Amino acid sequence: MPSARRRPVSDFALSGTGVRAAETPSRAKVLARLHLGDKAFRHITRGAAILVLVILGGVIVSLIMGSLPALRAFGFDFVTTQSWNPVTEKFGALAPIYGTVVTSLIAMLIAVPVGLMVAFFLTELCPQWLRRPVGIAIELLAGIPSIIYGIWGLFVFVPFLQQHVQPYLIDIFAPFPILSSLFAGPPYGIGMLTAGLILAIMVLPFITSISRDVFEAVPPVLKEAAYGVGCTTWEVFRNVVLPYTRVGVIGGIMLGLGRALGETMAVTFVIGNAHKISASILAPGTTISATIANEFTEAVGDLYTSSLIALGLILFVITFVVLAIARLLLARIERKIG
Amino acid sequence: MSYASKPHTMNASLYNARRRKNAVTKFLAVAATLFGLGWLVLILGELLWRGVGGLSPSVFTEMTPPPGAAGGLLNPIVGSLILTTLAVVIGTPIGILAGTYLAEYGRHEKISSVVRFINDILLIAPSIVIGLFVYEIMVAPMGHFSGWAGAIALAVIVIPVVVRTTEDMLTLVPDALREAAASIGLPRAYMITRIAYRAARAGILTGILLAVARISGETAPLLFTALNNQFWSVNLNGQVASLPVVIFQFALSPYAEWQKLAWTGALIITLTVLTLSIIARTLASTGKQS
Repeated sequence: MPSARRRPVSDFALSGTGVRAAETPSRAKVLARLHLGDKAFRHITRGAAILVLVILGGVIVSLIMGSLPALRAFGFDFVTTQSWNPVTEKFGALAPIYGTVVTSLIAMLIAVPVGLMVAFFLTELCPQWLRRPVGIAIELLAGIPSIIYGIWGLFVFVPFLQQHVQPYLIDIFAPFPILSSLFAGPPYGIGMLTAGLILAIMVLPFITSISRDVFEAVPPVLKEAAYGVGCTTWEVFRNVVLPYTRVGVIGGIMLGLGRALGETMAVTFVIGNAHKISASILAPGTTISATIANEFTEAVGDLYTSSLIALGLILFVITFVVLAIARLLLARIERKIG
Repeated sequence: MSYASKPHTMNASLYNARRRKNAVTKFLAVAATLFGLGWLVLILGELLWRGVGGLSPSVFTEMTPPPGAAGGLLNPIVGSLILTTLAVVIGTPIGILAGTYLAEYGRHEKISSVVRFINDILLIAPSIVIGLFVYEIMVAPMGHFSGWAGAIALAVIVIPVVVRTTEDMLTLVPDALREAAASIGLPRAYMITRIAYRAARAGILTGILLAVARISGETAPLLFTALNNQFWSVNLNGQVASLPVVIFQFALSPYAEWQKLAWTGALIITLTVLTLSIIARTLASTGKQS
């Protein structure tokens, strides 16, 4: 069948502009035109590639410019104080930074072991016919927009946690000295734990799909050798697959962390937007992204707006560093696997 | 020596302990998978349960209502379609061209590895920061929120997705095709546009679909750019309503009618996004097989 791809390549040249045998006006002219077209296309594509760098530069510059008034007014205190008062125009970013770190930490504590176990299941245990559907289903979780997690979290997950989970957590941990303050207070439903749990669901597919990819790339001969000396499936995974892919797994985890740190809408719905640092993870709090989403359009005054943009700058710097490390690690494992 | 002197007996308790550990971890792996899939079922189930009831023709024919009244989602749906289309129209050509440079002209150049690295970071950078960026460069200088700013913010999210897939798909095109083109004296630009693009067409289309899926649910970058609009407006110099922002506003409101519309909107978005990503996936797998 003469599909487009099967046609001899010379067809394309002959049907292309200029090179028509009947009217070859001047070979040099045609060649010059082709050369010019090629040069132009080369520069256009190069320009587009450079635009990607320009966008990143623009993001950084605009955030720095926007946050200058706040950074000038508060200096380094901006990241070490926690008062957030639009009336007196005193702004400190400590509470949102704290909330961002704690919610992401909760998310990673849950998503890392679960994500790795799902990847273990998919690569070592799952029957061949089931791999694709399960893999796609997990990836669909990553495709669900953030705002859907938010509305589901607020109307379904929050009431469930409030009625059926948090009261028990409070009771169970009450006798223990440190844990009791970690799980203290009335069960609001909303709060940092809830946000962390939803983030865990959201980053799980990232960790799973990257770990699955690197697990699959382990040379079969290594695993076969381990099975050959009598290792169990788990021992092969734990002592051969994991050490071999460690760098890639850490890269995947960092990628998930980058996602969790910057996640906005889902967190905004369930965190409670309270500018305070509480020892209890059941208490409402706020994150950098949730603060910006909630307050930016209502911010009155340059200093308020500027403080919110400064929050954005901090978020961008943190996620940039985390994601850059993730990419460097993943590039390392790619070179190793080839 | 020691092996020879000892009879080959198995340490039964160690053996059993290892087997038990293996069984337990296998069980945990299955449990983790069910746990992961369970959320998908729970979320989709709840969306259908709460959203389908509100799916009536009026959703697609009536404007967003004032509190306490019945209405539909026509203006945000149209607004979302306009913003998404504009973002794709602006972002896709840039993305394809940049991806072309990375895969064809500049495959081994230093600048390409920098662009690749930065692009991979932009791919998952927090979208709310993109919103702040566009606010700073467009909304603040112009003095008002606008549909154009929203479209640009979404386009900034489209670009890295398209760059990545275009580069990947062009890299999959066999070099023999490029060499054949070069051997008959075809300039590179023609080789790329007439041959490489055709061979990678399905893959590039997949990237565009994934980008659309990605931006159709994006809320954060629209909050400070296109904002929202209670009324019918397709004026891109003014505020434009969009489905995600309306869901955000309505879901957090105390009015039952608004909350119900929010769930219906959430169902519409989710179905759109999931359909797009499934189409993209099947397209990608057929592209790879041929």
